[in-house]
Amino acid sequence: MKKSTTNVAFYTPYVMWLALFVIAPMVLIVYQSFFDISGHFTLANYQTYFQSGTYIMMTINSVWYAFLITFATLLISYPTAYLLHYAKHKQLWLLLIILPTWINLLLKAYAFIGIFSQDGGVNSFLGMFGIAPQQFLFTDFSFIFVAAYIEIPFMILPIFNAIEELPENLVNASQDLGAKGWQTFTKVVWPLTISGVKSGVQAVFIPSLSLFMLTRLIGGNRVITLGTAIEEHFLTTMNWGMGSTIGVVLIVAMFIIMFLTGERKKKGVRRHEA
Amino acid sequence: MKRLISIALAILAVCLGLAVWSQDLQKSQGNTGDNTLNLFNWGDYIDPALISKFEKQTGYHVNQETFDSNEAMFTKIQQGGTSYDLTVPSDYMIEKMKKAHLLLPLDQSKLHGMQNMDPRLINKEFDPGNKYSIPYFWGTLGIIYNDKFVKASEVQHWNQLWNPKFKDSIMLIDSARDVFAPALISMGKSVNETNPQTLAVAKAKLDQLSPNVKAVVADEIKMYMAENEAKIAVDWSGEASEMLANNKHLHYVVPREGSNLWFDNLVIPKTAKHFKAIYAFLNFMMEPKNAAQNAEYVGYATPNAAAKKLLPKSVQNDRQFYPDDETMKHLEIYSDLPPAKVGLYNDLFLEFKMYRR
Repeated sequence: MKKSTTNVAFYTPYVMWLALFVIAPMVLIVYQSFFDISGHFTLANYQTYFQSGTYIMMTINSVWYAFLITFATLLISYPTAYLLHYAKHKQLWLLLIILPTWINLLLKAYAFIGIFSQDGGVNSFLGMFGIAPQQFLFTDFSFIFVAAYIEIPFMILPIFNAIEELPENLVNASQDLGAKGWQTFTKVVWPLTISGVKSGVQAVFIPSLSLFMLTRLIGGNRVITLGTAIEEHFLTTMNWGMGSTIGVVLIVAMFIIMFLTGERKKKGVRRHEA
Repeated sequence: MKRLISIALAILAVCLGLAVWSQDLQKSQGNTGDNTLNLFNWGDYIDPALISKFEKQTGYHVNQETFDSNEAMFTKIQQGGTSYDLTVPSDYMIEKMKKAHLLLPLDQSKLHGMQNMDPRLINKEFDPGNKYSIPYFWGTLGIIYNDKFVKASEVQHWNQLWNPKFKDSIMLIDSARDVFAPALISMGKSVNETNPQTLAVAKAKLDQLSPNVKAVVADEIKMYMAENEAKIAVDWSGEASEMLANNKHLHYVVPREGSNLWFDNLVIPKTAKHFKAIYAFLNFMMEPKNAAQNAEYVGYATPNAAAKKLLPKSVQNDRQFYPDDETMKHLEIYSDLPPAKVGLYNDLFLEFKMYRR
């Protein structure tokens, strides 16, 4: 009896947090998405979304850029996490990787504007070799670069944890049994760290779908994602219904990603049994 | 268990305490007192020295709160939580607030100094007879160019922006109507066009501009232009004056064939309470000396003709910010469009932003 009340007391704050700041806002967004600009109940927002080529194109754009960002991040993070595992002062290196996340996102974006601008750091460096100033800002390259830079810590951490949990003797065993370095990686290390990669992908892909601030500051609105459209609907057009509809689509996309990258319990259990 | 309950109680007590304290704070700030004026203004849009001068002269205390978009201001006034006494909406927003019954008419008998206003800048269509508003600052939409890269003769007209020579060198302001205005004017149409077909044609014309557009950004334009990042920008005169102050190679042009004319006017929202202070402030700000001082601080064009005479000759004769009569005749004010039309503009604008050659 006493134990159960203690339990209730322990999870009450968390449940309240969930209800107030996760479930209630989502319900409100879904509710809003059924109203048109003059406050009438309608399904027209969804119709507009799926019928107008603009929003579909924008969705494809968002997913494509999010994919590129996630891919670039993964490409850098996995080897980094792997090397980190064997590095000497692990905790120090880890701290250095986490440190940039303490700096405000806006400040980092503005710093990159300085680095990439016409007389910025990169161009002065190129200038030393006699290369004329290049256009970096407002290009796909700079957008993906900066987004990847910002997301990298969130990818490295879960992968690093997964690699840390990897029993070293399995790697040794595979080498003893004659596996080549590459085989050890594909047959042992990768499958056992895939859970870290999956949570890393979740942590990076979903926010990347709606990076509206970077699309404007670094992409100069030459890169358009769904976030841009949401911002416009809420702040300029004041069409909250349409903005919420796009929000609902993003939430659904998020659930799809969670489902695709989530741990499937049954399979996992069977694998252990086998 | 006991500890958890006590922690929860402690948090509740702190919340309650803060609520009471903030109420107290508001009282002591004089939000309910009679000797205050609650001014709801754009950021950095009044000379702080003038506020202290006003406070010293009249004994009223000025509380200033700021907003960064007309829409945000509208929402706050509509909710009516704070008793704002004066605010500074732009032209189309005055129309919108009037329609929403959020404005109180001015008592003309208490106003002194309306005769100082430039007759060309009062009695406009968004507020006939200035029943609700007094012009505070005004300006235009135009082209800013950097004379290191661009000759003056190359950017006198909107159509010249489409010159293939300017590939990847123009920055546009991130605002649907201000991007459509140049296209509409260059087609000989009104900036208040609502015909979907005409707007579609304008959008197609804008798509042709796309190769020349380097970026569609907001406040950052000021920084980029000052740092020679782009050769040309389309922005408001107020922003332009700040850019010109930071980079002497920059110039501002209002194309003769037409452009947007905008106003920021002082109005009394329905949340107002301190009417004596309001009229004291309005009259204070209309005094030529004060208006001139404010114009010098903010750097925007003053609608107060008597104040303009007090400004340095170089400013008075600056055709960039005080265009000649011929150009003035072709300027058009944005009217408040119904929500569906605003939506149409913005949807087309999104499509334009997405367009890749």
